[in-house]
Amino acid sequence: MLKTTPFHERTAALCVSHAWRRWAGHVVASSYELGHEREYHVIRTAAALFDVSPLYKYLVRGKDASRLLDIVVTRNIQELKIGRVAYTPWCDHAGKVIDDGTVARLDEQVFRLTAAEPNLRWLEDNAAGLAVEIEDASERTAALAVQGPAAGAILAALGAPPLKYFRIAPARLGGVAATVSRTGYTGDLGFEIWVEAADALALWDALVAAGAPYGLMPAGMLALDMARIEAGLMLIDVDYVPARKALIGSQTSSPFELDLGWTVRLDKERFVGREALVAEQARGPQWQFVGIELDWDSLERLYAEVGLATRLPAAAWRMSVPIYAGAEQAGYATSGGWSPLLKKYIALAHLRAPHAAPGTALEMEITVEHRRKRAAASVVKKPFFDPPRKKA
Amino acid sequence: MKRHDVIIVGGGHNGLACAAYLARAGRKVLVLERRERVGGAAVSEEVFPGFRFSVFSYVVSLLRPEIIRELELPRHGLHILPLESTLTPLANNDYLAQWSDHDRNRAELARHSPRDAEAYDEFGLLLHRMARAVKPLLATAPPDPASLRPRELLDLARLGKYFRTLPARDLNALWKLLTMSAADYLDEWFESEALKGTKSASGIIGTLLGPRSPGTAYVLLHHYMGELDGVFRAWGFARGGNGSVSAALGAAAQAHGAEIRTGASVQRILLSSGRAHGVVLESGEELRASTIVSGADPRRTFLGLVGEKALPGDFVESIRRYKFRGSSGKVNLALAELPRFTCLPENGPPHLNPIYRGAISISPSVDYLERAYDDAKYGEISRRPYMDIIIPSMLDPSMAPPGRHVMSIFVQYAPYHLNGGWSDARREAFGDTVVDTLAEYAPNLKRAILHRQVITPADIERIVGLSEGNIFQGELTLQQMFFLRPAPAWSRYRTPIDGLWQCGSGTHPGGGVMGASGRNAAHAILGRRA
Repeated sequence: MLKTTPFHERTAALCVSHAWRRWAGHVVASSYELGHEREYHVIRTAAALFDVSPLYKYLVRGKDASRLLDIVVTRNIQELKIGRVAYTPWCDHAGKVIDDGTVARLDEQVFRLTAAEPNLRWLEDNAAGLAVEIEDASERTAALAVQGPAAGAILAALGAPPLKYFRIAPARLGGVAATVSRTGYTGDLGFEIWVEAADALALWDALVAAGAPYGLMPAGMLALDMARIEAGLMLIDVDYVPARKALIGSQTSSPFELDLGWTVRLDKERFVGREALVAEQARGPQWQFVGIELDWDSLERLYAEVGLATRLPAAAWRMSVPIYAGAEQAGYATSGGWSPLLKKYIALAHLRAPHAAPGTALEMEITVEHRRKRAAASVVKKPFFDPPRKKA
Repeated sequence: MKRHDVIIVGGGHNGLACAAYLARAGRKVLVLERRERVGGAAVSEEVFPGFRFSVFSYVVSLLRPEIIRELELPRHGLHILPLESTLTPLANNDYLAQWSDHDRNRAELARHSPRDAEAYDEFGLLLHRMARAVKPLLATAPPDPASLRPRELLDLARLGKYFRTLPARDLNALWKLLTMSAADYLDEWFESEALKGTKSASGIIGTLLGPRSPGTAYVLLHHYMGELDGVFRAWGFARGGNGSVSAALGAAAQAHGAEIRTGASVQRILLSSGRAHGVVLESGEELRASTIVSGADPRRTFLGLVGEKALPGDFVESIRRYKFRGSSGKVNLALAELPRFTCLPENGPPHLNPIYRGAISISPSVDYLERAYDDAKYGEISRRPYMDIIIPSMLDPSMAPPGRHVMSIFVQYAPYHLNGGWSDARREAFGDTVVDTLAEYAPNLKRAILHRQVITPADIERIVGLSEGNIFQGELTLQQMFFLRPAPAWSRYRTPIDGLWQCGSGTHPGGGVMGASGRNAAHAILGRRA
């Protein structure tokens, strides 16, 4: 059976659309209202409340906790100070990404790793001989994300301490003991709040009450999906195949091929995949993960040819769409959609390195009235949307 | 003295759009705005501490998608939030709600009339096709059928060819839309009074006409032109109020190098031997440029800034005959709490009810609107006026302090030519009428009011400079649209004065916060096809 999250009693009552989606074996709302439009705009206008409980959460404790994580992930965790969070991928021995998530240093010897996939065995396998204790806290930890320009004011109204970007701190919110991190998946000003599952409903109620004057609104995965594309943030199983699930080598990606070179600390003495990544850096990655913007006039022309006004996707899509450079297929887009905020048709795409420079003119396949056409597109810098408030 | 190629008189949204396009093409552009802020009638002002009002215009109606794209307005801060519903409260404590969600809309219409619920989709499809037929007219200078200039003949031929491709039933429908009254046209389709009342209201906005006046059906199309853009959604509420549209246009113009001066009131356009070559400010300062573009309305431009002596007699006559007849006002409220419309079923706190994020239309029937017009016809404020209301703080909570709200009430009719004229007392009486009428549907409204701003057509004229307070720089009626806007033979942004152009809403296509006049004018000045 599918699991429900600790917030289900509240979210189910709100979900008038009856539109649910699976996430890591749980059901979560695709949208609460009949359409997801308002839920999307609220992320950029006020604040949206997301149930992100299905994330896997691991508590890593002990003398060697930082060593273990440093061995597993590509970033330097020994350097990570208490109260800070690092976004990072982690790889197999071939240097191919198996998952991505965040590492938060809650105390000198206490870390929380969030992941999209189960990683208990992987952590334990790498912990041989280390003095660590690994707890899968996924079930007992509930998580909410508050994302949007008003998120800071709402958290402050609840008594949360001010937090800089990618910092984490304990807080009491409406009488509930929680940790709050200045993180999220929308590319906006936002926070994620972690609590014991037993306190989930109390936290939800406190946030909803405190957020009401600021326009806080629960939002589902459809809204989140468009926001994360605007933020240029990739999604496992959609934008990349985790190495553990790949049937053939060409399905895998290295961090360099996913535009995550900045997270790879080759100066670390040891971490899983290091040798392979040293070699890859030397020869240069074959693929790049980039932003694509479709040319409006080209789209309009394709639709005008069949006598239609331009049609745009009403929600973010997730599929593989060919991208061409002349006759040659230069790569493929893996998610995309119409950004109602930017008024642009954008996509995230894997391109062969020679075609990946910003400004490169390409074509993306679109289907117009059942026929495959090509619309002009160009490579643009990610993120598509990067408001100063995100880090301010 | 600094030389500019182009001086634009008036920093309204069209003036700014025109400036941005001209600057983008490399012209040295100076925008002169009389007020201390740009935007004309598209401004957001903190009239009461902590509360921001879109003082005059309050929605983005048909802002051209090409302008949003070409000037990269989202990058300059424009974020349009959709208005997803329209609530029409009714006197019998019932209501009609129209929703963008198809199923929800159909169920609600069927509650009033199962026939209307079925007809609605067919009506929508027809108007969609009509809108698509008419839309190309918006983005181009209108060809003048009386002109023999080759380029206009070519444009006309192209347009004729386009219309010939329309099927006969569409042409018939188009003719009906152009000639009938909104009420008569809607009678052919629907039976629910609340639906017909609310739909016909869009045909009377900004005019001194009623829903039974011929020619008002055409404006029904405007709504569907917005829908043509589909999820492009250039229809809605601009985050931060309509001043954000002006701010984004201004920022785009400046990014392309245009200079904007506020507090610079143009007194006169300088002419010598029939050519415009500069302007004189109220301060006496003279500024020169080889091209002068007026964003002011036709009356202010020609009878004011230029002066009739410098103009051909027949042209002056046309401008004099051009009708303004402002007929609408605004009431902006700062509210301690949301109004509760008692017709709505009690289901939880109002701030969670999505209906408050949409428009609220006081238009229970065609008769209601026509009676409101009857009062105005004879120079009186409507005793029970039509209102188009939005609550911006429900869409953008930063418009008001946390938990508080702002309400924008567009009101018609408030005739500019009021019997006995406008005065402070009449303004307040107008405000009372509006609040009293609305409080019948939402009794908690009166005690929720923290501040009330009342704007009459006379105020619009005085503050923004729109003649007779007409929100469209002249009525958007068929006899002054297309190649007749603002005057025969002078509809393509040119004027009888060499070097003087017009770019305001008083030119084709005019109306709403659309920007098309400004963009088309810029293209005309640059000698380009739009």
